[in-house]
Amino acid sequence: MAALDFIVNILSTPAILVGLLALLGLCLQRKPVEDVVKGTIKTIVGFLVLSAGASFLQTGSLLAFGELFNFAFNMQGVVPNNEAVVADALQNFGTSSAIIMALGMMLNIILARFSRMPYIFLTGHHTLYMACMIAVILGGAGHLDGWMLYIAGGCLLALIMVLSPAYCQITFRKVTGTDGVALGHFGGLGYWLAGIVGKLFAKDPNKKSTEEINFPKRFIFLRDTTVSISLTMMVFFLIVVGVAVAKGLLGIVPAGTDAEAAAQLLAPHGLTVGNLGGLLNIGTETTTNWIVWALTSGMSFAGGVYIILSGVRLTIGEIVPAFKGIADKLVPGAKPALDCPVAFTYAPNAVIIGFLVSFLGGIVGLLILAGIDASLVPVALILPGVVPHFFCGATAGVFGNAEGGIKGCIAGSFAHGLLITFLPAICMPVFSALGYVGTTFSDADFSWMGILFGNTVNFIQGGALLLICVIVYLAPIVYNLVAPKKADATE
Amino acid sequence: MAIQKIMCACGSGLGSSLIVRMNTEEALKELGVEGIEVLHSTISDIAPGVADLFVVGGDLGDFIDGVDESQKIILTNLLDKEELKGKLKDHLGL
Repeated sequence: MAALDFIVNILSTPAILVGLLALLGLCLQRKPVEDVVKGTIKTIVGFLVLSAGASFLQTGSLLAFGELFNFAFNMQGVVPNNEAVVADALQNFGTSSAIIMALGMMLNIILARFSRMPYIFLTGHHTLYMACMIAVILGGAGHLDGWMLYIAGGCLLALIMVLSPAYCQITFRKVTGTDGVALGHFGGLGYWLAGIVGKLFAKDPNKKSTEEINFPKRFIFLRDTTVSISLTMMVFFLIVVGVAVAKGLLGIVPAGTDAEAAAQLLAPHGLTVGNLGGLLNIGTETTTNWIVWALTSGMSFAGGVYIILSGVRLTIGEIVPAFKGIADKLVPGAKPALDCPVAFTYAPNAVIIGFLVSFLGGIVGLLILAGIDASLVPVALILPGVVPHFFCGATAGVFGNAEGGIKGCIAGSFAHGLLITFLPAICMPVFSALGYVGTTFSDADFSWMGILFGNTVNFIQGGALLLICVIVYLAPIVYNLVAPKKADATE
Repeated sequence: MAIQKIMCACGSGLGSSLIVRMNTEEALKELGVEGIEVLHSTISDIAPGVADLFVVGGDLGDFIDGVDESQKIILTNLLDKEELKGKLKDHLGL
């Protein structure tokens, strides 16, 4: 029994489980022993680093931001960031996420082989994030667990891993000029939308590509995510803390109050000593100015994301090459679906324009949400996070440009900016109910999957839910076998 | 100076830099070069001395202005393995 307990314990420790996954992949590739040891250890350490980043992000800035925003504006303010929500959710759903990820990749290979969507999804971090989101929804809200959760989750993950590249390919093949590669990035719905909107300008007689104009390159420094997250979060913190201070935040707790008494004074306002002790100088010898606190908290947020990204990089660095190696052998003619920056080299100007316009769309969307919140129904305010607008907005710009030139680029990325503001707002109740309040998924495919299945689980649970997941997975394969094939290969 | 460490970089250092890393490892193998460590990371991590050669996509060319020509490869097409192989050959002096 002791041996069994030991094995169960290993399999329920997420870090070791993903390590075993990497170990398996490395062995299947017949790597030398030293590479196997190195790769396995780096994967496990990566997962541990990721957890460390999650707690630093939570306690260092994210939780405080949520409390302050609520105090200052009487509304729920959310900065969408995939890394932040995933790193947090992996604490509770690590094991099921890891198993769903492994199963999803295997099922992806089968779908690529037997359906008409021959895509192998190689953006490993998005696979991990999506696996995690599915685990949270099906396991947390849908009450599936054990093998039922793993199979249902694996089916959904594999489906979106081919479906997203498939609807992006409509425009993406015009971007690359080839049908041999695909886009594997779960902002897919936003790119598809940008392509559709861009098409409205396709017949414009004065159509001009973004690459025919001279566009200042100075914004390129924002490509450094550490810098761009720091800048936006410092601004957000300054505004939120500034308003909170103007509302009398600093007067709630008199100087010299001990932590216990301070907690009682703060509680009616929804504030806690744990998150705001530093700002309010509770139990500290030195006093911190609120402006200094706001600036360091903004940069702490960027630091937390940096740590998480390093962890994710180590975790998936060995799994993705193994996955690609296996898929290449099993699915001849498979098309690799790659991360969104592969689109960037095709239209560098569209990248910058797309980012700026999508960000603008995010601000406009925020104002609309604030209007809805004030007049119609309470909604979470989705603040424009610079990372999703950069990566997804830029890609949307490239898509819009490929269909409709400069005008297509501007219109497409603006529509995208609105989309990734409204979708997370609609999705927010799903995650709030599960306890994830400060942040949410930013990219479009996470949102639509979250909205669709997050609401489905309210009506359908257990075996029926599993059955639905299996059916939607099998549908493309059945379609391929049953529906007549077109004469040419245009799909 | 002999190249011992190559760093492939992209915005967040997760997706496309990993693809380029896999391509670079494949190209080095085809060129018959051994003993060079290839890693991938975010462009935040690019600094002199971190690696002997940096590989980025054309859209990030301006970002690494400060790096010496002999220490960087800027890919016009991020996915073009032949372009990568040719440029690696030049830098390795083969």
